[in-house]
Amino acid sequence: MSETKPAHNRAPIVKIRGLTKTYGNGHSALKDVNLDIHEGEILAVLGPNGAGKTTLISIICGLVNATGGSVTVGGYDHVKQYRQSRELIGLVPQELALGAFELVENTVALSRGLFGKPRNPEFVNSLLDKLSLVDKADSPVNRLSGGMKRRVLIAKALSHEPRVLFLDEPTAGVDVELRKDMWAVIDELRADGVTIILTTHYIEEAEAIADRVGVINDGEILVIDDKQALMDKLGKKQLVIELRESIASIPAPLEHYSLQLNSAGDALTFTYDVRAERTGITQLLNAVQSAGLGLKDLSTSQSSLEDIFVNLVAADS
Amino acid sequence: MNTEAIKAIYTAEMRRTRNTLLQSIASPVLSTCLYFIVFGSAIGSRIESVGGVSYGAFIVPGLMMLSLLTQSISNASFGIFFPKFTGTVYEVLSAPVSFFEVIVGYVGAATTKSLIIGVIILITASFFVDLRIEHPFWMLAFLLMTCVAFSLFGFIIGLWADNFEKLQLVPLLIITPLVFLGGTFYSIDMLPPLWQKISLFNPLLYLISGFRWSFYEVADVNVVLSLTMTAGFLLACLLVVWYMFKTGYKLKQ
Ligand SMILES: Nc1ncnc2c1ncn2[C@@H]1O[C@H](COP(=O)(O)OP(=O)(O)O)[C@@H](O)[C@H]1O
Ligand SMILES: [Mg+2]
Repeated sequence: MSETKPAHNRAPIVKIRGLTKTYGNGHSALKDVNLDIHEGEILAVLGPNGAGKTTLISIICGLVNATGGSVTVGGYDHVKQYRQSRELIGLVPQELALGAFELVENTVALSRGLFGKPRNPEFVNSLLDKLSLVDKADSPVNRLSGGMKRRVLIAKALSHEPRVLFLDEPTAGVDVELRKDMWAVIDELRADGVTIILTTHYIEEAEAIADRVGVINDGEILVIDDKQALMDKLGKKQLVIELRESIASIPAPLEHYSLQLNSAGDALTFTYDVRAERTGITQLLNAVQSAGLGLKDLSTSQSSLEDIFVNLVAADS
Repeated sequence: MNTEAIKAIYTAEMRRTRNTLLQSIASPVLSTCLYFIVFGSAIGSRIESVGGVSYGAFIVPGLMMLSLLTQSISNASFGIFFPKFTGTVYEVLSAPVSFFEVIVGYVGAATTKSLIIGVIILITASFFVDLRIEHPFWMLAFLLMTCVAFSLFGFIIGLWADNFEKLQLVPLLIITPLVFLGGTFYSIDMLPPLWQKISLFNPLLYLISGFRWSFYEVADVNVVLSLTMTAGFLLACLLVVWYMFKTGYKLKQ
C-alpha cells in the first residue's frame, strides 16, 4: 500500500484542530493541539510523563471529553458521528486493564461484539495466532504475565479490524526483549495497512520504528516531522579535530570559530548546522593549519533524536 | 442499533453469572428456606391468617421481593462497578455504543438473573405452603418491573460508588430496612395508626403490596397506585442513568 503513494499526499485519516483540555482541577493538559495523522503511517508521539499523551489519545477515543477543538476520524466527527468514527479505531490503553477470570478468547470476542461485528471465532483465532496467544486462548487473563496481557489488549483492540490503532506506551515497564518483540508486532500490523499511533517516552523506540515523530511537552506539540527530516533539520553535526600536539588555549586566529578545546588540550570540537549553505569547514581547516597546529585525525558525529528531544523539551520549560 | 454490542455485553455478564452460579442461587434459596422454617412454620403456626391467607403463604410475595431487590441491586451494581474498578470500562466507553445499548446489555443480564432467582424461590416456597396466584399476568408484570427497576437502581449505585464500602452501603442501610418495614412479614393493618401513616412514605410498601395483591387479592394500598409507583420508580432510574451517561458522571473527565 505505502509504496503506491507517499502517505502525506493523501487526506489525513485523523485530523485534530485546536484541541484543548482543562481538567476539573484547572490543570490545562492540552493547549491548542493541531495534528494530521496520515493513513498507513507509524506516528510516534514522544513526550515526558505528564506531557498530555494519554489525554490526547483518550479524547480521540471517547474516554475524556475535550474542552475545545475538533477531531475527525476517517472524516467523521468523533462526537457527533461517534459510531462511525469509533468503528475505525482500536485502542490499547496504557494500564493493563483486564477483567479477572475472563478467558482470553472470550474477552477478545467481547471486544469484537462491542464494536458491532458479528461473532467470528476463526478470525479471533487467527488474531491470537498472529500475537502468539493461541495456546493461551482458554487461560484466564489474570494468570498471564505482563507481556502476554499487553498482547491480549492488542488482540482486543484489533478484534474489530480497525484502521487506526492507538498504542499508549506499549512498552513502558517492559524488558528489552519484549520490547523488540512488540516492535516486530507493530511492524507486522503496519504491513497489514493499519495506521499506528504510539506514545512513548523512550526515544530509541521512536527512532527504531516510527515514520514520523511528534514531540509533545506540557500540552503542546513542539515539533512534528518525518523522523529523518527531523534529525536532519534539528540535528547538529560536530567535527572533532584531533591535534598532534596538545595546546594550552585556542590560538587567537581561531577564536572567532567558537571552538571547544577538550581538557587534555589535544582535540578541538566544531559544531555546525547541517542545513547551512556554507558550513565553514574548509575555511576552518585552513585556519587551523595556518595557525601552525598539526592534524592527527578528523571525525564527525551527528546528534541523535535524543539530543533533539532533550534540547526541545529543555528550551520549552 | 448496535445489537452485536448488546449481545456481547449480555453474554459476558451471563457468563460471569454462571461462574458464580452456586453462590448467587444457593444463598437466596437457603435464606428463603430459613425464613419459611422460622416464620412460616414455627412462628406462623401460632399467627392467625391475614386477610384470609395463611401466614406462611402471606409472606411468600414479600420474601420474593426481598431477594429480588437485593439480588437485582447487587448484580447490576457489581456488573458496572467492577469494570470501573479494574479499568476495563475503557472498552465500553470507547466502543460505538449508545447509552441505551449499554443499559440493555447490563441491566438485561441482571434482570435475567433476578428472574431466575425469583422463579426458584417461588418453586421452593411451593414445597412449604399452598400457593395460589390469582392474577398471573400482573404477578409477572410486577416481577419484571421490579427486576428492571432495581437493576437500574443497582446500575446507578455501581456508577456512583467509588469503593466497595459505598457499594454495600445503600443496599444494607436503606434497602434492607425498607423491605422489612414495607410489609414483608405483616400487613400494615397490624401496626398502630401512627406507624401505618409513616409506612405510607415507604416506597417499597407499594411494591410489596401490589405484588401480594397479584397472588391473593389482599393489599395494603390500591393496586393501581402500586403499579404507578413501580413504573414511576423505573422511569426515574432510567432518567438518572441516562443523565449519568450523557454527562459522563464518574466515567469521563
Ligand atoms: N483526571 C485528571 N485530573 C486532573 N489532571 C489530570 C488528570 N489526568 C491527567 N491529568 C494531568 O494532565 C497532564 C497530562 O497527563 P497525561 O495525559 O496522562 O500525560 P502523559 O500520558 O503524557 O504522561 C498531567 O499533568 C496530569 O497530571
Ligand atoms: Mg500516559
